[in-house]
Amino acid sequence: MGYLQGFAVTFSKLFKNSATGAVVTTEYPEEKRVKTERLHGRHVLNRYEDGMEKCIGCELCAGVCPAKCIYVRGADNDPMNPTSPGERFGFVYEINYLRCIHCDLCVEACPTEAITESKMFEFSFLNRQDAIYTKAELVVGDDGKPQQLPWEDWREGEDVDTSAWMRATSSSGNAAYSGQVGWSGELGYGVRNAEGGQPAEAKANAIRIAAAAAAADAGKPGAHDADGHGHGGHH
Amino acid sequence: MGADPMLAGNIDIWVVLIVLLKVFVTFAFLMVAVMFMVWFERKVISDMQNRIGPNRAGPWGLLQTLADGIKLFFKEDLIPDKADRRVFQLAPYLSLVPAFLTFAVIPIGGDFAKKSGVVKMFTHHTFLQLADPPIGVLFILSMSGIAVYGIMLAGWSSGSKYPLLGSVRASAQMVSYEAALGLSVLTVVLVSGTLSTHGIVLGQSSIRNWNIVQTGFIPFVVFLIAGTAEANRPPFDLVEAEQELVGGFNTEYSSIRFALFFLSEFMNTVTLSAIIVTLFLGGPQEIFHIPGPGWLLGMFWFFLKLFVFLFTMVWFRGTLPRLRYDQLMDFGWKALIPLSLAWLLIMSAVRLARNEGWNVPGVIAICLVIAALFYGLLVAAMNKSKSNSELIEVK
Repeated sequence: MGYLQGFAVTFSKLFKNSATGAVVTTEYPEEKRVKTERLHGRHVLNRYEDGMEKCIGCELCAGVCPAKCIYVRGADNDPMNPTSPGERFGFVYEINYLRCIHCDLCVEACPTEAITESKMFEFSFLNRQDAIYTKAELVVGDDGKPQQLPWEDWREGEDVDTSAWMRATSSSGNAAYSGQVGWSGELGYGVRNAEGGQPAEAKANAIRIAAAAAAADAGKPGAHDADGHGHGGHH
Repeated sequence: MGADPMLAGNIDIWVVLIVLLKVFVTFAFLMVAVMFMVWFERKVISDMQNRIGPNRAGPWGLLQTLADGIKLFFKEDLIPDKADRRVFQLAPYLSLVPAFLTFAVIPIGGDFAKKSGVVKMFTHHTFLQLADPPIGVLFILSMSGIAVYGIMLAGWSSGSKYPLLGSVRASAQMVSYEAALGLSVLTVVLVSGTLSTHGIVLGQSSIRNWNIVQTGFIPFVVFLIAGTAEANRPPFDLVEAEQELVGGFNTEYSSIRFALFFLSEFMNTVTLSAIIVTLFLGGPQEIFHIPGPGWLLGMFWFFLKLFVFLFTMVWFRGTLPRLRYDQLMDFGWKALIPLSLAWLLIMSAVRLARNEGWNVPGVIAICLVIAALFYGLLVAAMNKSKSNSELIEVK
């Protein structure tokens, strides 16, 4: 009679307030899911705190791009009125979003943390030319946040955390670099602090620290309860 | 056309107009019913899967089907190079027309409580059904037989391998299950003593007289299962198993031709439910008496019963996974057909025994023994054939 049980399961799901019947759909245009912290969306070109562009036109991003969607041309800076600190700057910078696969290899390759990815992924083109984003669209605004293009649908907080901070916890595989600031400051934010890895990890760290603090309190004379395990370091 | 009192007298202009009105209403009803059914199926399935379902077009997404239809209508109509053009163009209609025609013999209302299904329409007394041919049940069976051609020719004429596989499956499936379907309908005919759908409904005046009780429930179950398979509904939708056959027999169809297949599929679902209601559950006969105009109450009961079966069809789809092809054939040939055949023979034996004044329990016992004997032979034959094929494999 296992078949009939199956019918009972599907029937009970008809009722929204039953144990397993709650609707799981997100009604997309009206509401959006919370995006993960490192979502690979459309790119931004970052600037230093003094407003200079970070891009030096080295074309490493274009070289590493597996989809061949980036086109860069460097040019010498005007010594009187430089665009970036150093000799060269990205004179032309174009990304074709009909080709881009958002693999983030350009971000890994960039020596100056100039290119990072934002969380905006809703593209809408009416022709192929519009799919090619140029410096006019990619460079961050004067507040250091990505420019909101007229066709982009942003929600609260989606334009933050788009820049070099994205790589803040990447320690090149070497644990010794964990927690070290290894990146430059940027427009609107300054030099960001290192964070404790992924959100789950950061949360675990916070719990660990709180537990250690509580244990330190408990460890004060008169309140010590002789449990020597799990708190670490305060004896 | 059968026992309809309107057509028994002389045919004047009013009669012609009333028949035309009936044609129009039946057509319109079926279209609206299909629209509703598509929407209803999507909504209920969504609810069963914790989703929301269509909710953009119109209130509660009611106009979704209309929007889909308009979209399909404006799409490009492609015919593959290798297709047999004439047959390719004919096939959707071969599948649509029988689906339409079947509904013509279904009594969708009528004052069955007092006046044996007759209502007064303008100036004439008539049935609330388009046609009541004396061979109504045979007509239904023959139409479902023709519907096989639509699907079979669609796959064959596409000149493409997946549609061909789909249509080969379809024809095998529909032909196999038609046997069980026919045998269970035969039980109903045996009990009712008539082939006319109106007559069958007329015989089921109270719940005790409903054919589901009179035929002993088994033919109803067989009909429900075989009918689901006949309409290619899940869990018997091997014909269009997306995961295996892309889209099945209709893969190469696009635009309005695809819409016609889609339409006829859902029309078959509605018609199948209507046939079940007519044959087994008394059609427009009332379940309990409520005061009111007879013609309206008949429709009310019919649609109530119809709705229950439409929901059941969706429920099947939401619950049961698709059968494998060999399971489908096993189930049809080794379970449904022997069962419905044995049941038909027992029913006829019991009927004969009653008429001749024989000992009814004794006859039933003898029948059961014979049925068990034959089923034992069947199982033995299957085991023998299985061991034979295993021997071949070893060599």
